[in-house]
Amino acid sequence: MKNQKKTTFSRRNFIRTSALAGGGLLIGFNFFNSCKEAAVPAVDVSKLNFNDFNAFIKIADNGYVTIFSPNPEIGQGVKTSMPMLIAEELDVPWEHVTVAQGALDTNNFTRQVAGGSQSIRFGWDALRQTGATAKQMLINAAAIKWGVDPSSCSASNGIIKNANGDELGYGAVVNEAASLEIPENITLKSPKDYKIIGKDAINVDIDKIITGQPLFGLDYTAEGMKFVSVSRPPAFGQKISSFDATEAKAVNGVSDIVQFGDKIAVLASNTWAAMKGKKALKVEWKTDEKLESTTEHDKKLNAILDGKDLDVRREDGNVKIAFAEADRVLERTYESPFLPHNCMEPMNFYANVTEAKVHLVGPIQTPAGTAKRIATLIDRNEEDIHLEMTRMGGGFGRRLYGDFALEAAEISNITKQPVKVVFSREDDMAAGIYRPAIKYRIKASIKDGKITGYHLKEAAINSNMYGLIPNFFPAGAIENYKVESGNYKSNITTGAWRAPYTNFLAYAEQSFFDELAEALSMDPVQLRLDLLKNVKDGEDKSIDYSAERMTNTINLAVEKSNWGNSTNGVYQGFSAYYSHNTHVAEVVDITMKNGQPYVEKVTVAVDCGIVVNPTGAKNQIEGGVIDGIGHAMYGDFSFEEGKPQDVNFNTYRLIRMKETPIVETYFVENELSPTGLGEPGLPPAGGALANAIKAATGQIITKQPFIKSLRDRKTDLNS
Amino acid sequence: MASYSLKINGKNVSFEADSDTPLLWVLRDELNLVGTKYGCGIGQCGSCTVHVDGVATRSCLLPASRLGESEITTIEGLSDDKLHPVQEAWKELDVPQCGYCQSGQIMTASSFLKQNPNPNTEAIRNAMHGNLCRCASYNRIEKAVALAAKKMS
Repeated sequence: MKNQKKTTFSRRNFIRTSALAGGGLLIGFNFFNSCKEAAVPAVDVSKLNFNDFNAFIKIADNGYVTIFSPNPEIGQGVKTSMPMLIAEELDVPWEHVTVAQGALDTNNFTRQVAGGSQSIRFGWDALRQTGATAKQMLINAAAIKWGVDPSSCSASNGIIKNANGDELGYGAVVNEAASLEIPENITLKSPKDYKIIGKDAINVDIDKIITGQPLFGLDYTAEGMKFVSVSRPPAFGQKISSFDATEAKAVNGVSDIVQFGDKIAVLASNTWAAMKGKKALKVEWKTDEKLESTTEHDKKLNAILDGKDLDVRREDGNVKIAFAEADRVLERTYESPFLPHNCMEPMNFYANVTEAKVHLVGPIQTPAGTAKRIATLIDRNEEDIHLEMTRMGGGFGRRLYGDFALEAAEISNITKQPVKVVFSREDDMAAGIYRPAIKYRIKASIKDGKITGYHLKEAAINSNMYGLIPNFFPAGAIENYKVESGNYKSNITTGAWRAPYTNFLAYAEQSFFDELAEALSMDPVQLRLDLLKNVKDGEDKSIDYSAERMTNTINLAVEKSNWGNSTNGVYQGFSAYYSHNTHVAEVVDITMKNGQPYVEKVTVAVDCGIVVNPTGAKNQIEGGVIDGIGHAMYGDFSFEEGKPQDVNFNTYRLIRMKETPIVETYFVENELSPTGLGEPGLPPAGGALANAIKAATGQIITKQPFIKSLRDRKTDLNS
Repeated sequence: MASYSLKINGKNVSFEADSDTPLLWVLRDELNLVGTKYGCGIGQCGSCTVHVDGVATRSCLLPASRLGESEITTIEGLSDDKLHPVQEAWKELDVPQCGYCQSGQIMTASSFLKQNPNPNTEAIRNAMHGNLCRCASYNRIEKAVALAAKKMS
């Protein structure tokens, strides 16, 4: 985690330079090879052509810099923050930097993913080293021009200076620099010398966003392009039986109607006609598999929790003995529904399949994997596929899955026309890939005023918690500890949703700790701090949260939130959670109005190491926290006979302005390598809110959405 | 199909569309004004907000046949060379995350501030309640509307 660590790969392995025809220097680097620690390039880089690089810095002969950012931008801010790392070490004024979405070619872009809050963490070393290498080359070129030793020269703000007081702008030496050897053993700046990192940089697409310029997939258009609306089975478990397209064909603007698999594509000259055409289709659907319902899922998940058929994910000591010897045992079951992602920009993708090539354009978090799947689907060589990424109107995990891009490619392949598949909101909410419904049962034992055992069971639809999640807090802090999981395979499709698993697990556990604290007659924050004292950082390699960093984070949240001293009808709830390599603690302040909680404020403390772009970082935390509060309060999604019960925002409730708290964000100051922020703000929010509601009313909420339990409570009071 | 002529962003434009085609799709697909966004199609999210005779209106629910002689302003026409104070405030406070809903937010805010140039927090929250932001940039939207009001006074 140290900042100045030397990476083990050679600069030569991932950097190439070239003079630009019109004057200037182009530096290519293999971002996704270089950004893994001790990365071994997948190919012999010395044999690569210049085109094989996937990220570029262009320095024009006027000294202005263009950085081509390779990573998908879904609103997490990497299109701004990743180039900041390069510009810092290149040492150019940020105002002289233009950021463009990187050259878009799946042949070259083999490791582009937005997901897991990892872009900055992985890019930290590589991007800074690339910038620093480029700067050294410019210094070397200037030194040759002056006939002096490069070590007597320095560069700052785009200007190189020597000991005689001579100055040259970067632009004056770019052509010479292009022919120089790539320097090795570059020293990076010390954080105290940062001029760009740690300073607010406004979103690089801001002007386009606020003036409505085309940016998103839905905005893309091409000559002769048809708009496509797709009719998909209305229930999971259904297939197509037959259809009558007579009325659909009669819709003005509709040109073609084709069946592909169990779906029907309606092609039209505009979006409205395509949507109307789809509505006019008369389709007979047949039931092919079981049509599942939420009530049935509840029973299945409960049966998993009650049964013995679970996989052990982590086991320390012996929880059985701890429970047998306990003074007191607490147990609670927490329940969460499926959730759709509901990106504001509905799923869409452009495809033009021709004999020569396959051209794809749209919003996708996993361009490389999707291109590969399309090649297989339509039986083409991967080299034929050219995929361009657009800015994405939200992702939240949904655009990791390329189903919509595959549909576009298949339809274009069949109809031999350029097409853009556009999901209606109803299509988007009903087409699948949801956060799975999950239940957690947590049991803990108390003996002699201490927590001696902790047993967590997970029952989920389709898949379970992954990676290091079973080793998250309180793993390592309680002597007898066990995590088990089991799942029920459903034909309802599920996938990653912002902070997968922990988005609900954190609420369950952090609510449960409040009950434990009450049972122990302890302050809930003190309980966490005491448990963290049991963890020695680094002792157990499987535990990658840091007790020290978490303690510091908790203390900062306590200090800033006025924890324990609230007055005037304000009730507080606390929660702390580590996920995606970032430590977060949150205090929710609520007041009660007409028997319902009103979330006034959330105080957030975050340890994400060095904060690269404070305005962007705070934006992520504000959004993540409100998202967490919103889905905990209102997020509800159920099935009857395989059919989703909500398909648009008239019945599916998302948090809105009047329900939003003010989020105050504070960062733990340190000089550790930065970690991501797209996800970790969300998981603690629901638990902190549940704990505040418990503080205000005594009501223990064990189900999401909270609004249902709160309504029940109101009914109870009135009756 | 019917022919329509309208004043959009100060310019006279003519187009052909079915009478039930919502203004949203006329703007996006016929006139290539894609700053106005599709989010729900049922007037629930506010992404498609434009000004019809100066009033914030959901363009997804307004069919071509009901446009009449109205003057339409979209995000593309909100400002000329210089940014509108609402846009300036949005930039200054770095409001957007994904950015998709923001043109609708800006159109709602700019229309609201015309009617209520000096709003308190509660009025701002009420005015912006109809516009969804899935990234939940609500805190900054609230602050930006207040800042824009200050800039305009």
